[in-house]
Amino acid sequence: MHVVESGIGPLIQPPDMNAFREWNRKHKTKALVDKLMSEQEAVARFMFDGAYIGTELYGTVRCPMSLIREVIRQGYKDLRVAGQGVMELDILLATGRVRALDITYIGNEVYGISANLRREVESGRVQQVVEWSNGGITWRFKAAAMGVPFIPVRSMLGTDTLKYSAAKVVECPFTGEKVALLPALILDVGFIHVHRADRYGNCQIDGIAGFAVEMARACKRLIVSAEEIIPTDEIRKRPDRTAIPYYLVDAVVHAPFGSHPGEMCYVYRRDEELIREWVKEMEQPDTAQAYLQKYVYGPKNHDEYMDLIGRDRLESLRYRKGGER
Amino acid sequence: MSTEYNPRELLICVAARLMEDGTTAFIGTGIPMLAAALAQKLHAPNLVTVFEFGGTGAILEELPLAVGEERTFHRALSATGICDTMETAQRGFIEYGFLGGAQIDPYGNLNSTVIGDHARPKARLPGSGGANDVGSHCWRTIAIMQHDARRFVPKVDFITTPGYLTGPGAREAAGLPPGTGPYRVVSSLALMGFDDETKRMKLLAVHPGVTVEQVIQNTGFELLLADRIEETPPPTDEELRLLREEIDPHHLYI
Repeated sequence: MHVVESGIGPLIQPPDMNAFREWNRKHKTKALVDKLMSEQEAVARFMFDGAYIGTELYGTVRCPMSLIREVIRQGYKDLRVAGQGVMELDILLATGRVRALDITYIGNEVYGISANLRREVESGRVQQVVEWSNGGITWRFKAAAMGVPFIPVRSMLGTDTLKYSAAKVVECPFTGEKVALLPALILDVGFIHVHRADRYGNCQIDGIAGFAVEMARACKRLIVSAEEIIPTDEIRKRPDRTAIPYYLVDAVVHAPFGSHPGEMCYVYRRDEELIREWVKEMEQPDTAQAYLQKYVYGPKNHDEYMDLIGRDRLESLRYRKGGER
Repeated sequence: MSTEYNPRELLICVAARLMEDGTTAFIGTGIPMLAAALAQKLHAPNLVTVFEFGGTGAILEELPLAVGEERTFHRALSATGICDTMETAQRGFIEYGFLGGAQIDPYGNLNSTVIGDHARPKARLPGSGGANDVGSHCWRTIAIMQHDARRFVPKVDFITTPGYLTGPGAREAAGLPPGTGPYRVVSSLALMGFDDETKRMKLLAVHPGVTVEQVIQNTGFELLLADRIEETPPPTDEELRLLREEIDPHHLYI
């Protein structure tokens, strides 16, 4: 196949599909074993310095915030990150420990640009920044989920987004038209927050699935946090609801309000006041560090975080039963 | 005399009037969402909104603050995921896409990635997000922009999202789906389209109280002029009532 154009960005995490197969055979147990553990244990067991990580969904929406706070608490450095996110990546950047980004979007949506992204990239502390689109990065996960080394798509063509990516443009061997080939993206460690899981890691997600289905299948290690731990009988009653089956999952963490200050659809809404506080505190480096001290390093774990926020405050964010507002 | 209105309300009304009934629109947060909600209440009750993380056909009773939050699939027709929505666009199902950016050029190329050099940027912006996909696959894209010469530039620092790239035939030559591309630019001063032959931006209408000269002065490149330049009708009382009382009663955006 004739390569017409190559993105100049480095391939931060080169795909090796045979190694991924071997990994899935050797390191992913197919037995139904209890994987329920604390967030400290889950993160300590699977995270390492230099890991390539990813989070799903993002920032204010069904986001594994409690797990990310624990990753920060444990101090891993030289992180490489799949950059589709809002608060969870903003706060990770605030630690100064991110070295490489495959970026599609890091920002605060209605609240504007991420001050931490600006500081970390403009200072050069993030040493590699490789561009993709949202569709692009998800399709990279999809390729990994399919077990193939790349996926052809019609996004990114003709743009600097492609030029500064690690994609390639080829002439399609069937039609002769140009298509972009995106390399499969396999995470060292993935983090996903779900509505319900059993102890083995079978997960149910309500509402939109974002990119959980694809990303869950593109991880060497997957840590799942869940609002609720349910009996496997409940999973078996509705197997069609299992978005992430147990064998993909390495650790299950019980994390009620795990997406706070973001929302969890049908369960609780965004904590707007604390989101605004976050955005404001992140504007300056010293207040950003003060924020980390107060909300991340201060509480020893998610339980203490919930105490800090206040149980009544958290309960007040809940939708009335049936998901009504 | 019609009611007073602010520039944001005008932008929303102009964008809303561009949306046709019975079709699909890829919607981001902010002005496009308000415009879609307004269009649904007026001339386009069957406009189907698509939000990138999986919500299709939501009833926008309350305004979402994030493109993935519950309100983006509130009483929707389906709640899937980002692969599904992007692939739906890639298969040609989505008519309109809304875009924004820090810079736009005469061909409608948009920058939301960096100001300055990519390796050591003066300003690092959020990045493409779904914009590149929307600009690649939706049939007709509508950019919503503040209008000044720093934003309307001869050449963007970085093409995040494809417009007509370098001109006629360039999208197709790059491999983008034929027949797609920028359709309108709704700015704080004017409404623009693109010339069929040259694919360059063309002034179609000025907003109430704005002169053609003002638009030209605030554009950093030579803007083509339509044979007859219209004046945008101001927001009607009904448009303003719906926006203020029903769509954004808490004034989150307007």
